[in-house]
Amino acid sequence: MDAHDRLVIAGHEFKSRLWVGTGKYKDFIETQKAIEASGADVVTVAVRRVNITDRSRENLLDYIDPKKYTILPNTAGCYTVEDALRYARLARAAGVSDLVKLEVLGDEKTLFPDTVGLLEAARILVKEGFIVLPYTNDDPIVAKKLVDIGCPAVMPLAAPIGSGLGIRNPYNLKIIMETVKVPIIVDAGVGTASDAALAMEYGAEAVLMNTAIAGAQDPLAMAEAMKYAVWAGRLAFKAGRISRKLYATASSPIEGML
Amino acid sequence: MHIQVNGESRGVNHGTTVAVLLRDLNIRVDRVAVELNLEILAKDDFDTRFLQEGDRLEILSFIGGGAV
Repeated sequence: MDAHDRLVIAGHEFKSRLWVGTGKYKDFIETQKAIEASGADVVTVAVRRVNITDRSRENLLDYIDPKKYTILPNTAGCYTVEDALRYARLARAAGVSDLVKLEVLGDEKTLFPDTVGLLEAARILVKEGFIVLPYTNDDPIVAKKLVDIGCPAVMPLAAPIGSGLGIRNPYNLKIIMETVKVPIIVDAGVGTASDAALAMEYGAEAVLMNTAIAGAQDPLAMAEAMKYAVWAGRLAFKAGRISRKLYATASSPIEGML
Repeated sequence: MHIQVNGESRGVNHGTTVAVLLRDLNIRVDRVAVELNLEILAKDDFDTRFLQEGDRLEILSFIGGGAV
């Protein structure tokens, strides 16, 4: 990958355009190895109660060094603005990052974002100085509003979280990329490498995924596949693909034929 | 006296600060957030905030999670 092709969001520079979650792995060792294999340098984590009765349980950050990775706390599991604000503020108070992947979920079955709540929470957190990266629907109007509020990137879903359905609405994603002038990070719904490559070919600046890697039969191999898929997609996007034509165009010249 | 720590009742001595409780629980302060009666505490306050009877304390940290 071109070393100069860096992703910069609100002054944070990222080497990798593949961002990964840390849930659903067998154990911390597998989490650590999968993240290494993916080449990701942004790792999203959830905020939860410390287990005080069983202190033998290890800490995730013993395996994912905050000096080596950008830790992106999320508000996963929050269904109200109040909860999302509370978790975001707690995450910042833990002192690891001022970034937040803001989720305000609308429904347990789909885990679709509650975009009304999302806009409200984003507005408050931006005012409080957070770098808000909102997990949102593939809705260009909401994306624009999030940017107007002050979000330095927007993270629309490809499909429902953990569904592996791939990009359900490529046209909306394209419209979002043409509408807003901040990096678009496709978040959630990726199933396999081609989905990630496609997101990058459309012009996404990065892809964030968790289940597609953690849930694969061989997570480490899939992590590596995703690394190359994101690279390939990015390179293809920058290279500029040929336009689609209905009929053939010969690659070899006619001249000189018998 | 008794306080609630992460939803569980726990006996602590009078004069216990948040920092002392964290040390007793063997919890490293550098990666946790602490909420005392819904107020998020700055780390600098851990040494100076004394626990009171009936306090509700939440100690949180980062765990694996992508979304949900």
